[in-house]
Amino acid sequence: MATLTLAKALNEGLRKAMENDPKVLVMGEDVGQLGGVFRVTDGLSKDFGEDRVIDTPLAESGIIGTAVGLSIRGFRPVCEIQFDGFVFPAFDQIVTQVAKMHYRSSGNVKLPITIRIPYGGGIGAVEHHSESPEAYFAHTPGLKVVTCSNPADAYWMIQQAVACDDPIVFFEPKRRYWDKAEVDTDSSPADLWSARIARSGTDATLITYGPSVRTCLEASAAAAEEGRELEVVDLRALSPIDWETVFTSARKTGHAIVVAEAPVYVSLAAEVAARVTEQCFYSLESPVLRVGGYSTPYPASRIEEDYLPDLDRVLDAVDRAIGF
Amino acid sequence: MTEVLLPQPSEGPGFVQLLTPEGQRVEHPDYALDISDDEIKSLYRDLVMVRRIDTEATALQRQGQLGLWASLLGQEAAQVGAGRALTERDFAFPTYREHGVAYCKGVDPVTLLGLFRGASQGGWDPNENGFGLYTIVIGSQTLHATGYAMGIQRDGGDGAAMAFFGDGATSQGDVNEAFVWAGSFNAPIVFFCQNNQWAISEPVERQSHIPLYRRAEGFGFPGVRVDGNDVLAVLAVTRAALARAREGSGPSLVEAYTYRMAPHTTSDDPSRYRLAADLETWKLKDPVERVKAYLSRHGVADASFFADVSAAADELAAHVRAACIEMADPEPLSLFDHVYAGGSSLLDEERAGMAAYLASFEGESPAAAKLNVGAH
Repeated sequence: MATLTLAKALNEGLRKAMENDPKVLVMGEDVGQLGGVFRVTDGLSKDFGEDRVIDTPLAESGIIGTAVGLSIRGFRPVCEIQFDGFVFPAFDQIVTQVAKMHYRSSGNVKLPITIRIPYGGGIGAVEHHSESPEAYFAHTPGLKVVTCSNPADAYWMIQQAVACDDPIVFFEPKRRYWDKAEVDTDSSPADLWSARIARSGTDATLITYGPSVRTCLEASAAAAEEGRELEVVDLRALSPIDWETVFTSARKTGHAIVVAEAPVYVSLAAEVAARVTEQCFYSLESPVLRVGGYSTPYPASRIEEDYLPDLDRVLDAVDRAIGF
Repeated sequence: MTEVLLPQPSEGPGFVQLLTPEGQRVEHPDYALDISDDEIKSLYRDLVMVRRIDTEATALQRQGQLGLWASLLGQEAAQVGAGRALTERDFAFPTYREHGVAYCKGVDPVTLLGLFRGASQGGWDPNENGFGLYTIVIGSQTLHATGYAMGIQRDGGDGAAMAFFGDGATSQGDVNEAFVWAGSFNAPIVFFCQNNQWAISEPVERQSHIPLYRRAEGFGFPGVRVDGNDVLAVLAVTRAALARAREGSGPSLVEAYTYRMAPHTTSDDPSRYRLAADLETWKLKDPVERVKAYLSRHGVADASFFADVSAAADELAAHVRAACIEMADPEPLSLFDHVYAGGSSLLDEERAGMAAYLASFEGESPAAAKLNVGAH
């Protein structure tokens, strides 16, 4: 057991992945000497060398496009996109090339690329540094999308993602990078594609992921003081989603609220709400509600707290659901 | 606003030509080519075969057997020259028009037709022949080639990568990023640009105010312009560029100066944007005819050789035609195949749903099933 921050857990997980497979490469902007702007790749360049930890030119399409070629040559690249808002120059390569090559080659070409993206707000950043673009990627067939919410998951999920033969967009909740927890590096991990019951409860279900898991856990603690027991489902995998865990919880509590930072409109939260409604219709006692970002560009940091779903907005939705 | 489109001279200092349009061998100080007459006959044969495949495919499109075809007419020498310079250890990353390179790399032309017929999205194994999937979003493959070359550097391989692209693609960000990366990592790659003068309707002058090969200098590696209709010159220049890459001296850019004699694709109408007289000018520089002139004029080949090559090309065309027409449509449920290497619970669910839906039509006439008559 070790106490690790989420960022350090990712770092340790990446180190394991590189030790386990000499074909694993880390590439991105500032990932070498600097160790990444969030230090997630700290020390890897020193220990694995510049051929395996590649400081790239500042060109995101280049990072992903060359990772495709490296994969065809038999490597297993882990690409860092420095911030969520910088992924769009690489969007064409991800959506047009990475997502489709296995399909277009009749399964002959595997692209085991992990695309790490620090995402979400709450750190008081300037624009383009706080976005939640996960729905774009979950909407794209051929990609898989996951996100961790805590250090233990970070440690295991990054290793599982790197070992996966499909391209995975790996979203890291940047405002939780400094959250600390005990990580048992000797245990065996849960299935990468399974959701996790982060807290058990009976009165309503909060379905969430990434940075909003902690928000929902805090909301649940506050609700418990008022005698309400909320269940929190941490999706972990956003594409594909472990629907059985979601449906089981929604059927049990009869109330489902989806919480995420991304704009609600046409979001993952919207897909979850639609599916829960479709599959749990006779068990629900209220419509599925969504709590998330508004349909605005990510706002200036001095008002981001008003944009982000917080404890109060989550509990307000719980009140509305139960009071329906 | 006045448009400023500077003409790009076809010939200038450094323009590499080893066989004139009239079929005369000429020397170039930097690109000596030691080649036997038998090898030149073999190159001629490839040029004819490739042109014949192209002609047949265009005909198949006109007859409704292909949805689309992107003709390489006029670019045979550029593709055969570069394709023959590639060895088994080298990997080609093509656009959607590299039928000649595919032929030289040993890819059955029928394989290419699946994409244009709509029977597949490509489907071939790039590692089988060292020939990547066709790339329709222009420029993307130059980054793949650069990454592949970086892989060669890392696993100790001794081959090189060659990225194919056109004059239009040189305006793409990806191509410029590939130049930056290849230069920065000194990657073993050859950027092979077929400047066929036209990006659908836009002349190359819209893409660049300097000759394309000179772009290389700004990225820190050499660029050369070669007569793209001269198979000997292209062979010599690309061989040298590949040798340079393999020995660790880094990337280079080859601009094969050529002309797209056909429409952009079978859906295009070039009469709306270029002069018919231009085509007549380029016909005088035909890449196949100049080799035939050389072989005839020097008594290297006689009528029976040309007849044999022609017959072999017709035989190949017949194979292409028959295999194209016989190519079966994929089964409906196969649309779920190969989306992921590791499968997906979401796709499993959708496939089962579609299978159940299709099964609900069992016992009905195929026409009714197709029209969804009586399903509900």
